[in-house]
Amino acid sequence: MMTVAAARALTDDDVCFVGIGLPSAACNLARVTHAPNIVLIYESGTIGARPSALPLSIGDPELCETALTTVSVPELFAYWLQGGRITVGFLGAAQVDRFGNINTTVIGPYAHPHARLPGAGGAPEIASHCQEVLVIVPHTRRAFVPRVDFVTSVGHATGGDARARLGLHTRGPTLVVTDLCLLRPDPETRELVVTGIHPGVRREEIAARTGWPVRFAAEVAETPPPQAHELAALRDLVARSAPAAPAP
Amino acid sequence: MDRPRRRRPRFLSLPDAIAAHVHDGDAVAMEGFTHLIPFAAGHEVIRQGRRDLTLYRMTPDLLYDQLIGMGCVRRLVFSWGGNPGVGSLHRFRDAVEHGWPRPLELEEHSHAGMAAAYAAGAAGLPCAVLRAYTGTDLPRVNPRIRFLTCPFTGEQLAAVPAIRPDVAIVHAQRADRAGNVLLEGIVGVQKEVVLAAARAVVTVEEVVDDLRPGGPNAVVLPAWTIDAIAVVPGGARPSYAHGYYRRDNAFYAAWDAIARDRETFLAWMRAHVLEARPPQVTGQTGTA
Repeated sequence: MMTVAAARALTDDDVCFVGIGLPSAACNLARVTHAPNIVLIYESGTIGARPSALPLSIGDPELCETALTTVSVPELFAYWLQGGRITVGFLGAAQVDRFGNINTTVIGPYAHPHARLPGAGGAPEIASHCQEVLVIVPHTRRAFVPRVDFVTSVGHATGGDARARLGLHTRGPTLVVTDLCLLRPDPETRELVVTGIHPGVRREEIAARTGWPVRFAAEVAETPPPQAHELAALRDLVARSAPAAPAP
Repeated sequence: MDRPRRRRPRFLSLPDAIAAHVHDGDAVAMEGFTHLIPFAAGHEVIRQGRRDLTLYRMTPDLLYDQLIGMGCVRRLVFSWGGNPGVGSLHRFRDAVEHGWPRPLELEEHSHAGMAAAYAAGAAGLPCAVLRAYTGTDLPRVNPRIRFLTCPFTGEQLAAVPAIRPDVAIVHAQRADRAGNVLLEGIVGVQKEVVLAAARAVVTVEEVVDDLRPGGPNAVVLPAWTIDAIAVVPGGARPSYAHGYYRRDNAFYAAWDAIARDRETFLAWMRAHVLEARPPQVTGQTGTA
């Protein structure tokens, strides 16, 4: 449900900077279902990749073989991302807080972490330069924290107009997709608010698995259940995928 | 006064190339963005027992996990350290979280910052200027990320020091007999790191009479940008060489269990690196 709901947030007109794992699964599902002309860009420099299966890594050979063009990594980050030519970035997270800030660096203090995570990669500038950002993350109390231990990639910072005051003119996180629900930033405070709930999920469950007193929008929609063709396309992608590709 | 001579690469065996160009305490960058990672050369660095290295790499993955776990590394400059699509690098984590086999100093960037720093190094600039790090905690933990004001617009911009390693090591598809090197497919930051480094070692799949560039985005490194070339077929495995062999995704997945435990890791390294013979080298001499 999470991958299907995330895929639906993408359109045929998007130029999308794809993170590996769940974001890649969602982006490719969108491409093989309702958005056949979406342009997928991986940070290895492949622009317009059309893999037949889900790649294990951002640099799998099929991404390059199916791409419109492959550019160097400095060019990708300078001309394409910093240059403002990407409409949407799609990121995963280890922690996300109530203002959509993302942590993929450390759990605990930086100098003596409880857990050392992979770090930033392309995410800080994806979060600041893409016109908007989508986040996909399984809904747990460990992931949904009031304040991230480390801001790897800025969301709406401390809320309100804080993002604009940092000099960022892109929209930042506009949607967080979880296995339970959809959250969007409140137009004023920028706090993430539940705006959609997946079929069969109760509000108490969402509240129990969120590390802050989560608010629900005045109107909360029920996510339409996955359709047969969406599930078939997703199963097909996973079946063709490399060993150990994460099961979405 | 003699005019300085153009550099000419020497065709060497892999052990000789590493012995000549990688010394204890050096700053070494082994690049390859998923594609063309110089595994064979890195394993030779481990076999030769180099110590106190500062390693640069945007995406330290299995090869750097191995170098860190074998105690070769004092300091790591990087932007993303993981096993892509699989999970953590356990030897990297063990070094950071528990100081085993020795503590690891970190200098941490984003991909955008590090890619720009390589490009600045290649361009002979002292630093790279870019729009980056805004609102993040990275500048708080990395004092080498700083900010300056654009003299034309007044905008606040990030600055990171150029990367100028002592030695760059990359793997490529082929060289011609003069030592010009062709790389194609995902080209990563390999051109930049070779041009940024004081010395460059390249391993290649084969030496050919004619490079036959494969496509308009193929990267050719002229011979005079390179110090040593070693012919090492399969030198990027379990990474891959576009047009030669595929990425061994199953090994990347298997590494998770191998590296999770210190003893399992050491046993694997003994069997597959320390006691392994260096990859067969053809003794190709070329004309350089």
